[in-house]
Amino acid sequence: MNKEEFITELRQRLAGLPQEDLDERISFYEEMISDRTEDGMSEEEAVAQIGSVDSVVEQIMSEIPLAKLVKEKVKPKRRMKTWEIVLLACGSPVWVPLLIAFSAVAFALYIVLWALVICVYAIDICFAVCSIGGIVSSVMFFMDGNPAAALYFIGASLILAGLAILMFYASVAVTKGVIKLTGKILLKIKSMFVGRRQEK
Amino acid sequence: MDIQLKRGLLDVCVLAAIRNEDSYGYKIIKDMKPYLELSESTLYTILKRLEAGKLLTVRSVEHEGRLRKYYHITEAGKSRIEEFKQDWQEIVSVYNFITREDNGNE
Repeated sequence: MNKEEFITELRQRLAGLPQEDLDERISFYEEMISDRTEDGMSEEEAVAQIGSVDSVVEQIMSEIPLAKLVKEKVKPKRRMKTWEIVLLACGSPVWVPLLIAFSAVAFALYIVLWALVICVYAIDICFAVCSIGGIVSSVMFFMDGNPAAALYFIGASLILAGLAILMFYASVAVTKGVIKLTGKILLKIKSMFVGRRQEK
Repeated sequence: MDIQLKRGLLDVCVLAAIRNEDSYGYKIIKDMKPYLELSESTLYTILKRLEAGKLLTVRSVEHEGRLRKYYHITEAGKSRIEEFKQDWQEIVSVYNFITREDNGNE
């Protein structure tokens, strides 16, 4: 890939970023490539050293806040005409509730993910508490002169303790998974605002 | 390495790279190469952060018919390096404390 191909693809993939931001980043990479060729590298070598377009785009996307992308997307590209403003105002009973509903659903999905995490930990705590309860009752049964029941409760509480420990590892894994997943979802949402749209 | 720690470290590294004379992106990366590998995307973010914090200033200079950005360290940038050195002294003394405890237990 030569310099021009790299820059063109980068520009397309990042279309949707605020113009100023985009230009500055592009000129940064242009300078980086030119300085390398001046240093005696071929354009291909220089581009290869910068890394793949994918990796560059991914890093930039993870750094730019979602709010900035949304703002850039909704910002009108020109001054709105009067009738457009009137239409927008008249339509507000429709699109405002829709917008609220969409954000509510998105927020609910986010909450559900974390509810899952809380749930798993709650189950884990249940196991642990039950296991302690089992030991306490087995002591009580023993003092009551019922060793068979005492033995049964000790066995049960040991099993529960084992489950609690295993479950704890599972909970940690679930938490990590959810954190990773939310990160990925955020990146996906961001990429909906960026890329290739300005290709004509 | 801890992300926060690494971020602070990289900031100071880039400041150190422009401490003695103004430098440009590729040169900063080349100068740092023997010590640590820095990608352009990472460098861009660091430079932006340092510029926003007024630790360095940027100017465009014409070079071979194109523009090249030179980064110049400010007084605040220099004092950041000094702060870092002092912090590091503290870290070293804490490190000595930690390793001394280790030896004591063995």
